[in-house]
Amino acid sequence: MSAVVSVRDLAIRFVMRERTVHAVNGVSFDLVPGEVLGILGESGSGKSVTLRALMGLLPRRYTRIDGQVRVAGRDVRALSDVELADVRGRQVAMIFQEPMTTLDPVFTIGEQIVEAVVRHEHVSPRAARARALELRELVQIPSPERRLKTYPHEMSGGMRQRAMIAIALSCRPAVLLADEPTTALDVSVQIQILLLLRQLQRELGMAVIFVTHDVGVAVEIADSLAVMYAGRLVETGPTRAVIRSPRHPYTQGLLASTVRGATRGQILEAIPGLPPDLGEPAVGCSFAPRCRHAETRCAVTAPAEHVVAPDHVVRCIRAADGSLPA
Amino acid sequence: MATTPADGALPLLLPDEALARARAGNSYWKNVWERLREDKVTIAVTLVLLAIILLAVFAPLVVWHDPLVGSAFTRLKPIGTERHWLGTDEVGRDLWARMVYGGRLSLLCGVLPVFLALLAGGSLGILAGFTGGFLNSAIMRSMDVLYAFPSILLAIAICGILGSGLGNTILALTVTFIPPMVRISESVTAQVRSLDFVEAARASGSRTLPLLRYHVLNNVLGPILVFAASLISISMILAAGLSFLGLGATPPHPEWGLMLNNLRPAIWVAPMTAALPGVMIFLTSMSFNLMSDGLRQAMDVRL
Amino acid sequence: MTAAPLLATRNLRKHFSLRGGLLHRVQAVVQAVDGVSFEVHAGETLGIVGESGCGKSTTARLLMRLVTPDAGDVVFDGAPVGRPGGLGLRDLRRQMQMVFQDSYASLNPRLPAAMSIAYGPLVHGVPRSSALKRAAGLLEAVGLRPELFANRYPHELSGGQRQRINIARALALEPRLLILDEAVSALDRSIGAQVLNVLIDLKRRFNLTYVFISHDLDVVQFVSDRVMVMYLGKVVEIGPVEEVYGHPRHPYTRALLSAMPSMDPDHRIQQAPLGGDPPNPINPPSGCRFRTRCAFAEDVCARREPPLGGVPGPLTVRGGLTPPSCSPAHDAACHMLVPGSGHTRAA
Repeated sequence: MSAVVSVRDLAIRFVMRERTVHAVNGVSFDLVPGEVLGILGESGSGKSVTLRALMGLLPRRYTRIDGQVRVAGRDVRALSDVELADVRGRQVAMIFQEPMTTLDPVFTIGEQIVEAVVRHEHVSPRAARARALELRELVQIPSPERRLKTYPHEMSGGMRQRAMIAIALSCRPAVLLADEPTTALDVSVQIQILLLLRQLQRELGMAVIFVTHDVGVAVEIADSLAVMYAGRLVETGPTRAVIRSPRHPYTQGLLASTVRGATRGQILEAIPGLPPDLGEPAVGCSFAPRCRHAETRCAVTAPAEHVVAPDHVVRCIRAADGSLPA
Repeated sequence: MATTPADGALPLLLPDEALARARAGNSYWKNVWERLREDKVTIAVTLVLLAIILLAVFAPLVVWHDPLVGSAFTRLKPIGTERHWLGTDEVGRDLWARMVYGGRLSLLCGVLPVFLALLAGGSLGILAGFTGGFLNSAIMRSMDVLYAFPSILLAIAICGILGSGLGNTILALTVTFIPPMVRISESVTAQVRSLDFVEAARASGSRTLPLLRYHVLNNVLGPILVFAASLISISMILAAGLSFLGLGATPPHPEWGLMLNNLRPAIWVAPMTAALPGVMIFLTSMSFNLMSDGLRQAMDVRL
Repeated sequence: MTAAPLLATRNLRKHFSLRGGLLHRVQAVVQAVDGVSFEVHAGETLGIVGESGCGKSTTARLLMRLVTPDAGDVVFDGAPVGRPGGLGLRDLRRQMQMVFQDSYASLNPRLPAAMSIAYGPLVHGVPRSSALKRAAGLLEAVGLRPELFANRYPHELSGGQRQRINIARALALEPRLLILDEAVSALDRSIGAQVLNVLIDLKRRFNLTYVFISHDLDVVQFVSDRVMVMYLGKVVEIGPVEEVYGHPRHPYTRALLSAMPSMDPDHRIQQAPLGGDPPNPINPPSGCRFRTRCAFAEDVCARREPPLGGVPGPLTVRGGLTPPSCSPAHDAACHMLVPGSGHTRAA
């Protein structure tokens, strides 16, 4: 099956007056139709930047992109703004963390969905309105809100998130990009949205890239996981494999510092230190300063990808040569 | 591990310079100073202002004619005349002397009202912003009444009531500037007051005075001072305008606005001379304006 | 032997009026906290969990008296707070301190770290040099080297470092009880874990009592001895953490616990345990506030509010400020647990 998203050696730098930020340092992955890829990383890992690069949403003025980004068969970097506007919404759609800031407050939800449909599917407003109603049913917005013309500020957080999903799905995109859509939601609403996304993804056969910092959420939604640290993918593989047998020390540390199952009152196995300053291009392994298994060669040589099991890839010198203690 | 994991306890050793810098601490004002140093426009403008101010302060040393003494024989001499390098005015007084001494008055009329308004309005505004509730409403609504008048009209009205003269001008301008100062001080203080760290300071059982001193003042003074700096240019122009209208400085005092008025009939005869006071008003107030702009930009550091 | 609780509240109530319209009239009332009673015993950690709108942050502010309650008592170490003859606010704040969620907004951007920490003792009369020395000692205690961090400004620090400074600042007055309001929620997991470790260590070292407020059920389970679940301004369940997490009795607690992501790729959650959204505290439902989302709601739930009573089981002592209990009780507010309440599932 050909990949619907293909990224090769993506490197993104933000060149600003005061400093340069090397946000993404060589990311490669493929996404096939119907697959849900979870990108797991903490703040500063470059996960949101990667997502935005897939839709060409990064500010042109100070962004320098290297590498190849192909979405739905088209080279995103080569597209003009007009062509990008065609691709966005139609083939690729994105949902964000804070619906309040991404929904237009002066238009009703219905109007915003109609706008998307008319723009991309070139149908009459009436057909678009019917589709809007259908969509609100699809995302399980309950009846009263469906009929009334509701504004974003009249809805609760969970409803707004559903509305945003409805807008994103209005043109049946092949790829859905989700940037931490459940982070701002209460836990009882979060699971509703995750289940909704799972169901919609199955029904519509979309490929989904779901970015999150929450391990539990990633486990619930993703078929395969990519763990990101300091602009690099340090471990990728099927969710089961990465969670059950993590091979990269960062993944191991991340899972160990998850509080679930830890003994109360005992010191947690926290990863010491801080994420690196991305002002300099990475030399060697970016995780080395915090890694308890680090050796001198780790700070010097950038780790290459090493295949541990089918589809399970790790970037770690010591994991590659098997010298990593269990 | 039984001991608390130390942050920054990395296997790396910090180089001495970084360590020293880390000890010093990069305060907000240091940041502002560093940004100002790189802003060429602001530096240039500040130097110009400094020159004007120094000339005004050391007027007796740089001027060799009496600004108040004229001679009918030397009326309206053009620029470049021997012994009167900037020419003379309509009564024969040396223009260079009048400009420099006029600078004193004009600068005074620019800076003093703003300074007084800062003291009075700033305190009122901080009080209003910090206390909130009824006192806030009382102060702010009273200011609103004054605010309803355009500043130039207000100044003219007050001068009209009190009469002309420098003292009255300064008083009128001070009163005109108090409402905007109160408004900006109140707004900034109210913002700061709602921030978490002020609540935390209250939660530590602090009384009001130390709270103001340590937590509020150092956060509100910056924006207030910048706003005050931008008012100076307006003040100078208003003062010149009042003098122009005859409500400000009285003859024979040299004051740029007054000089502008007096030299008005001479505009066809000696246009350069007649324009000179206007040029100085423009230059000085523009410089204050640009300087306050530069200061505001430097202070708008996204820390 | 029984000991009086360090902190006890009874029937705390706080309603916020929303004013609007031309004449600034009261248009709606937010019933943020409505009759909350609980105890905190010396040396324990009481966790408070709930979703948005449940009133946990307002409760924290009521305890610290940053907000004045409309009704109810707060008793600290036997002395009523805010009453004549009781504990004054200044004294209360020397014994009870709070750490907020936003680590950046909690620090004055114009003050270096040591001054932020020393401010509390300073305003209570401690001379400047001793206050600064205490600050240095506390920096050490939270794992930040004083020679590196004493003169740093908040914008030069990371989120985790700032939060440690906030903790040091809270401890500067040598309080006995610390309220942590979503203290690690805004931090990355790995950094948050570091800060949790600091908190655990400090609790042992300085003999502290914690009230730990969070929406994160995992963290609360890890840190707390007892946990209190809040919903729409009311306490719905309270008890030892193993009891509440292991045998939750209130339908809301059960739903909340099963809504947590499973962490097991083979056993993903298949059905949302709770439908709808947390309702608005402006017009809470009558009777039991949870009834609009409860699978077991019946008429009696709309008519009467369920009391916070003992859960049938080996420990059936009622909670609240009535007779001191030998062992912590497990209470939940649900008609299903009250025999004779009229609910078909009641005993």
